[in-house]
Amino acid sequence: MSNYFGDYVTVAVFLLIGAVVVGGGVFAARMLQPNNPTKLKSQVYECGIEPIGSGWSQSHVRYYIFALLFLIFDVEAIFIFPWAVNLETFANAGFGVLILIEMFIFIGILVLGLVYAVRKGVLKWE
Amino acid sequence: MSFAVLLTIKVLAVLGLMIGGALVVIFAELKIGAHMQNRMGPYFAGGRFGWAQPLADGLKFMQKEDLVPDGADERVYKLAPYVVLMGTVGVFVVLPLSPRFVARDLDLGAFYALAISSLTTLGVLMAGWSSNNKYSLIGGLRAAAQLIAYELPLVLAVVAVAIQAGTLSISGIIEAQAVPVFTIGELNVALPYILTGQIIGFAIFFIASIAELSRIPFDMPIAESELTMGFVTEYSSIRFTMFFLAEYAGMLSMSALATAFYLGGYQLPGLSSTAIEVLGPVIFISKVFLLSFVFIWLRWTLPRFREDQLQSLAWRWLIPAALLNIAITATFKVVF
Repeated sequence: MSNYFGDYVTVAVFLLIGAVVVGGGVFAARMLQPNNPTKLKSQVYECGIEPIGSGWSQSHVRYYIFALLFLIFDVEAIFIFPWAVNLETFANAGFGVLILIEMFIFIGILVLGLVYAVRKGVLKWE
Repeated sequence: MSFAVLLTIKVLAVLGLMIGGALVVIFAELKIGAHMQNRMGPYFAGGRFGWAQPLADGLKFMQKEDLVPDGADERVYKLAPYVVLMGTVGVFVVLPLSPRFVARDLDLGAFYALAISSLTTLGVLMAGWSSNNKYSLIGGLRAAAQLIAYELPLVLAVVAVAIQAGTLSISGIIEAQAVPVFTIGELNVALPYILTGQIIGFAIFFIASIAELSRIPFDMPIAESELTMGFVTEYSSIRFTMFFLAEYAGMLSMSALATAFYLGGYQLPGLSSTAIEVLGPVIFISKVFLLSFVFIWLRWTLPRFREDQLQSLAWRWLIPAALLNIAITATFKVVF
């Protein structure tokens, strides 16, 4: 098989194997385990008393600003990877300093945003 | 040998290493933890040292009834362990035990390993949400919050390694650490990246990987004293075991990644390349177990952080430090 497809096939097979391990385990356990569900057994656990309200209770997602920042920086990371791998090639071709300054500007803008967020105090959970 | 036969051998080897290694690490956790707290630990199952305890535990779990809680989203609830274990097994594709002993040396190996290991968090979130339990839900949400904190330091620390090695293939990164740094007489000495500039990167990577594995001191998604058992509260039987297995196999794979990126993988300074062909797996696995020991050591030493303390640690210290590390590494790469 060609090298190109070999990569994909190998990864796919390994992911499949991960699922097969769980499936096989579940199947094997079915031979060993009892199956006798009752109302009391399938009750949701909540300190041993009867659960109050729904399990899907609402809670304040306090970290949504972190999530926004995370999204920005994660996209940045995608841009950084090709640059990181090719830096050596560019440096050997004589563009090293130029490409370095370019990336410093790119990272600098994002760091400015992070500094702003820290100064604003939004990264503190009060 | 044909591709299919070779692939079967690789799958069996990886499964054996993953499950065998996880059993060893689980046993090590029980025993080391016990000795750190001045107690005996397991001593009954399997003779004097209790070595069969993890196997006995696994068999016991399998005999338990498989319960689905009332009002749970059954399909998602049952699917979650599959997703978790797929993410865990996926990482093992790119881990090289020796120059030739690797399932597949992907060009994007390091990137792929980081990406696929995040799949575990998706499974955890599925488990937490679908259980119809408040503890599970909070545990799942905390796991998602944790991802926001650790993922960037982890990725940015690897960027510096990629700069220094000039490649993302994990075998390539290990080979780049075999380039001699200096010579003593006839002997070429090659040093791993932790000694040639990436020590801060290693610290960042290691702290972030503890958070990724949600182990103490960053085990807020499980947090027994607050959330019973976090996202696995409602799980029983084999499905619970799978989360357990994934945690320890994940510990192995994160240790293996740290070994490959920073500790020189299967290389040992002073050994010839023929010696490494033979001894490579032994060296690699020893390094992995050494790092796993540090994980266990930290678990039994440190108290738990709060979720906001982790966020503040990650965003105010680790990420700026990782960016600085990238800048310094890149400058060195270009100037020298």
